[in-house]
Amino acid sequence: MKSLEELKRIKEQTLKAMDLRQAKDRGKVVVAMGTCGIAAGAKDTLMAVIEELEKANIHDVQVVQSGCMGLCDREPTIEVSMKDQPSVIYGDVDDANARRIVHEHIQGGQVVAELVIRRGNI
Amino acid sequence: MIRNQLLICAGGACITSGEKSVKDALVEELARNGIQDEVQIIETGCMGACDLGPIVVVYPEGTFYQKVNVQNAGLIVSEHLVKGRTVPELLYHGPTSEKKAQTSEEIPFYTRQVKRVLRNCGVIDPLSIEEYIARDGYFGLGKALEMGPDEIIKTVQDSGLRGRGGAGFPTGIKWKATKDATGSPKYVVCNGDEGDPGAFMDRSVLEGDPHSVIEAMVIAGFAVGAATGYVYVRAEYPLAIERLDYALKKAREYGFLGKNILNSGFDFDIEIRIGAGAFVCGEETALLRSIEGKRGIPSLKPPFPAQAGLWGKPTLINNVETYANIAPILINGADWFRSVGTSKSPGTKVFALVGKVQNTGLVEVPMGTTLRELVFDIGGGIRDGKKFKGAQTGGPSGGVITADYLDMPIDFDTVKEIGTIMGSGGLVILDEDNCMVDVAKFYLEFIVDESCGKCTPCREGTRQMYRIMERICDGKGRGGDVEKLKSLGKVIQLTSLCGLGQTAPNPVLSTIRFFEDEYRAHIEDKKCPAHVCKHLLTYSINPDKCVGCTACARQCPVQAIGGQVKKVHVIDQATCIKCGACYEVCRFDAILKE
Repeated sequence: MKSLEELKRIKEQTLKAMDLRQAKDRGKVVVAMGTCGIAAGAKDTLMAVIEELEKANIHDVQVVQSGCMGLCDREPTIEVSMKDQPSVIYGDVDDANARRIVHEHIQGGQVVAELVIRRGNI
Repeated sequence: MIRNQLLICAGGACITSGEKSVKDALVEELARNGIQDEVQIIETGCMGACDLGPIVVVYPEGTFYQKVNVQNAGLIVSEHLVKGRTVPELLYHGPTSEKKAQTSEEIPFYTRQVKRVLRNCGVIDPLSIEEYIARDGYFGLGKALEMGPDEIIKTVQDSGLRGRGGAGFPTGIKWKATKDATGSPKYVVCNGDEGDPGAFMDRSVLEGDPHSVIEAMVIAGFAVGAATGYVYVRAEYPLAIERLDYALKKAREYGFLGKNILNSGFDFDIEIRIGAGAFVCGEETALLRSIEGKRGIPSLKPPFPAQAGLWGKPTLINNVETYANIAPILINGADWFRSVGTSKSPGTKVFALVGKVQNTGLVEVPMGTTLRELVFDIGGGIRDGKKFKGAQTGGPSGGVITADYLDMPIDFDTVKEIGTIMGSGGLVILDEDNCMVDVAKFYLEFIVDESCGKCTPCREGTRQMYRIMERICDGKGRGGDVEKLKSLGKVIQLTSLCGLGQTAPNPVLSTIRFFEDEYRAHIEDKKCPAHVCKHLLTYSINPDKCVGCTACARQCPVQAIGGQVKKVHVIDQATCIKCGACYEVCRFDAILKE
């Protein structure tokens, strides 16, 4: 270690690894992980959301899990709530749809209409 | 790809309550569910809420699970991590709140705190220098090397930081005096010989964030012109020593210690010195003698360590918590530091909150916080609905703060006005069941054991005071004993050489000041109002309540209880040794303790 630049580089790198522990206040993605959700592939959905956010370098959106949302025939379901906007629940969110929601809704600000089950809080 | 991080508190208290086996159970359960590559487990330093341990926090949600054990640890994996359901039985439920807390931000114990010294404790992995750097670690050093010694010292002086070891001496003045002193080489020393009963602030910093102390010592070395530092840690802190030693190795590897630090041309290195368990070695001159390999005995000041310390050379000596404040001051400036606390005691103070409060543990609050906030808001009030009686501060060198002063802002100066000291931050909460004479006797006994013996008033005087205290508690107190204690105490205060001796009578004098009636009750009425002093108690059986179950008679170790089955029992006072076994065993509240 010979310079402050080097120190800053380590800081930036490590912050990425510590990212899960930082406060994230721009939004939240809830992946329903009930038995039905898991059976329908919710785990792949969860990992796809996390991976896609990372790829897009988005670090202010939290990804958490919840139990069953009660919409078993549309699993996997996810709820996207961005700050100051009504939350949106999506159904049939497989790996590809999850990535699409990250790009269009979280990154682009456009709700993916054809996957929406409901807008606003349940 | 990591989707969740589990932070497990690996502070001393949580380790004692089974942190390692909880961690093993979690690792096993993760593997069983096949998600070991998606979830990362990180062991941190002390999270503070020691009586809630072992603690596991699940990120990104920040869900706070407490009192986790081997049996229920698996639920965190199978429920929370696999199915996305929180585990309600492991959430904290406060005595006054209606619903359970999901995160630490919903627990009053945490919300009232301002974490500066403990900024990284419980947040980072203490073994990871990278995580320390990610939280702005070693940026203070980087800035200091650019500022130069004079500006560093001016910033520390302007911040108004006072020594957190107990006396509250202005840190900046110490730094300047050491820099200005003639003599070479100079040394930088860290006092980690935390010896007050019930205090564990410094241990937690060394265990949870060792780099914060290392970084500050390098800054101090650069500011005063020293090339060598020593951290003096007591041998009773093996985990602190282990983590500090590892941190020193990492700091060397990264070039924060050694030659030409951050290309500045400045050389500095740190060694650990382990204390052998003498309380007096927390006194700075005795500590320095001990580092030199001599017996730890205090010496007369002046000369102060800043002029003639280690091996007669100028030496800067500060406490662990004082050092932990330094790097943020340099990064954020003196005004930032002054933004909390009182004008004469800026910044925060870490307290080890112990005794009869609901939530014991490590808390950091702004200076000037009242005892009421500490005990009732953060501490959750007194256990079992009992009444608050007082708080012992400053360990064996301090005294009590009574209920009358619950609303007094606590800082270095206000506590001094009522006859106690801030001390290093041990805060022992006492309730109506504590006998103040007995509490004072406990601390005095500690001093009698720990007096180094150099000065007669301390060596012999405290022993004589202890004898008087002993006879008061034994029911053999005489008229005039209180006055004798006062005059002996005064002499010891005035004629002892070091801080230990000068403050040794404080617990006795302070309890006499506020609870003289309790002393009088012991001496004149031969009664202990709190029912603590064994020799002043009588146990008897209430004939109206006794059903003759014989439980007490069978429990009594000296066969002092007689009576037939289903008949009222009687205690023979001449045989009774007042052990209290009958009181504990009786299911009918028939044993009277007076």
